[in-house]
Amino acid sequence: MLTYLIRRFLYAIPILVGVNLITFGLFFVVNTPDDMARMQLGAKRVTPEAIAKWKAERGYDKPLLWNAEAQGLAKATDTIFVDKSLSMFVFDFGTSEDGRDIMTEIRTRMGPSLAIAVPVFILGLWAAVTFALLLVFFRGTYLDFAGVVLCVAMMSISSLFYIIGGQWLVSKVWHLVPISGLGAGLDAARFLILPVIISVVGGLGGAARWYRTIFLEECNRDYVRTARAKGLSELAVLFRHVLKNAMIPILTGVVVLIPSLFLGSLLIESFFGIPGLGSYTIDAIGAQDFAVVRAMVFIGSVLYIVGLWLTDISYTLVDPRIRLS
Amino acid sequence: MKFVLLWSDALFFLLLAACLGGIWWARRNPQLAAAWRDVGRSRVGVAGAAVLLCFVAIAFLDSLHYRERLPQAPGVAEAQAQFGIEVLSALDALLAKQKTQTEKTYSAPLATHLFAKESRSDGQGRDFPRLKFGGRHLGDAGDRDADVFKRVAGGAVGGLAAGLLLALVARRYLRPRADWFAWNALLWTLTLILIGSGILAALMPYYHVLGTDKVGQDVLYLTLKSVRTALLIGTLTTLSMLPAALLLGIVAGYRGGWIDDAIQYLYTVLNSIPGVLLIAASILMMQVVIDTHPEWFSTAAERADARLLSLCVIMGVTSWTGLCRLLRAETLKLRELEYVQAAQAFGVSGFSIMARHILPNVMHIVMISVVMDFSGLVLAEAVLSYVGIGVDPTTISFGTMINMARMELAREPMVWWSLVAAFCFMFVLVLAANLFADVVRDAFDPRGRAS
Repeated sequence: MLTYLIRRFLYAIPILVGVNLITFGLFFVVNTPDDMARMQLGAKRVTPEAIAKWKAERGYDKPLLWNAEAQGLAKATDTIFVDKSLSMFVFDFGTSEDGRDIMTEIRTRMGPSLAIAVPVFILGLWAAVTFALLLVFFRGTYLDFAGVVLCVAMMSISSLFYIIGGQWLVSKVWHLVPISGLGAGLDAARFLILPVIISVVGGLGGAARWYRTIFLEECNRDYVRTARAKGLSELAVLFRHVLKNAMIPILTGVVVLIPSLFLGSLLIESFFGIPGLGSYTIDAIGAQDFAVVRAMVFIGSVLYIVGLWLTDISYTLVDPRIRLS
Repeated sequence: MKFVLLWSDALFFLLLAACLGGIWWARRNPQLAAAWRDVGRSRVGVAGAAVLLCFVAIAFLDSLHYRERLPQAPGVAEAQAQFGIEVLSALDALLAKQKTQTEKTYSAPLATHLFAKESRSDGQGRDFPRLKFGGRHLGDAGDRDADVFKRVAGGAVGGLAAGLLLALVARRYLRPRADWFAWNALLWTLTLILIGSGILAALMPYYHVLGTDKVGQDVLYLTLKSVRTALLIGTLTTLSMLPAALLLGIVAGYRGGWIDDAIQYLYTVLNSIPGVLLIAASILMMQVVIDTHPEWFSTAAERADARLLSLCVIMGVTSWTGLCRLLRAETLKLRELEYVQAAQAFGVSGFSIMARHILPNVMHIVMISVVMDFSGLVLAEAVLSYVGIGVDPTTISFGTMINMARMELAREPMVWWSLVAAFCFMFVLVLAANLFADVVRDAFDPRGRAS
């Protein structure tokens, strides 16, 4: 078990190297720092001096991979690749366009992102499982059919509609909660409740339908028939047997998402003005702040790989039949 | 008039041709024909397909592009005709009134007056001015309700009549030839669509049916133009990733060994980058490339088209991994089957086995994933355009419409029609696609049929 986990952990390193190479290729080879400088400076102020100054300020004035002018080992290390790409492995992301350290920024913004993402994750899972169980309990009836239709309809509505519509109705028409922003301490709950509810509702349709198929698959198994045959009530069958067994694919399916909760939600955070990592990313994309986008790509992949790792562990924990080798 | 074939048009036509070819092929293949028959039997599937076909028809009209010939300048030889810089489509020509008759700013659906007060020309205070186009034929704006009612009733009756005629013809001549087909669902859907388009056709020459947006453009026109963008993104994205996914998935599954490891490594790397961020990074880069090479594109439409296609390709690159993994798993299973082993024993080359024996047997997975991905991609386009990494801001799409309209809810009084129009059309399109996709999956997925 331990050796397996260590091996999986080591397996992550080549993947991260791959991610690193892709981002390096995208940000420095496909588009040279000169292009970035031109884009940032705008068409009017582009002079060779301005570009050189912009590059020097950000350390982009070095050669990409091989510094022929340097001495000794510095030939290979005094380059953009080492400075900007390899340094990400020690979580040194440099500074953003407005001169702030990206890592400090990420640390302070993680809190608000988690404050939304964690409740959404838990409540969303709970709501979808409940709804799906309800549909399975009434399977084959018109109620089930109507529920599935509702799920498909909810899936077909754009997430933008949930956000815009919800914000308009609850905040603007009913004046129940503030439109946007984030308060300190317990006051924050007032700001967070609407985005959380909207995210849960927005994700309910797809998740509930998916869980319903998993539950239905479980219901056709032999052990369920046995459970019914020995006289268990339908509710007992559903809760004691079906739910437990169906949670294996559901849990292992969502575990991979847990680390990514740190990244927050792009749309929700930017609509509700929550200073989390999602809105940070959106702002960076809008301002074409390449350093921040690069950092977020790297962190995102690290979290995803951690998620895969956790998935492997959770498989063994919830299903003792699986032996890792 | 000079025809213009944009790259996306060519791909769209290619896709339509491929669909027709697929239908022809399915007719000769009894298994495929049986699966499609299951789709045709399903009322939901037929209704969804009918709605989708209407959207495809709109997109098709919108893909016939041309550049208008400018009036001949005196003294210029006939051979040196000048063409307008704007690329128009057949849909633009059909909706010429909607396209050209713009107002000054917002006006409500079916309005006769502008939404904002303006100083009167005679200097007597401020008033809502009459629209230049909407309700112009009315002498007194108070007659509007009666006029609208008259036209709606006329259009609805016309649409209903056309629907009934269609139903009569279909029942008399088509139904006996294929009585397993869900004709009723098809006819009901078509009749509803005909009634709707009849009403629109009756109102459109006289009103802005869905109002106008901030710069006075007709919202209905914008929505209809958005359909093409949505369909293109929903289909071309999957299409652009198909060759890579098919090749790598099948090769990985069939060859195994280090090739399998390498391909798995590639898709794990791509998969581990959060999709939105990879798209954002790629689009930002693409933007720089397009900006630094203005000489590649002779019109703005071509530039927007290049960005649309690059968006499709980039979204394809981020999403091919799922299909690749499915194909690899299926090939792993097929590789062990008797017929493949028989082919191996006969000394058939690996390439032929993959092309002749494995590829046809994984096509149902491709089919299912094409239709299943469609709706998600349409929804994703709107979100990406909101984030600013979607289509070119000059391309009319649901995303750009929503993006422009989202601040309008905060206005007092509220401007709701652009948002509602975009969301409603998108909802209908995505719902139809979702329902159709479900039916197709049930028909083609052998696992689903067993239960």
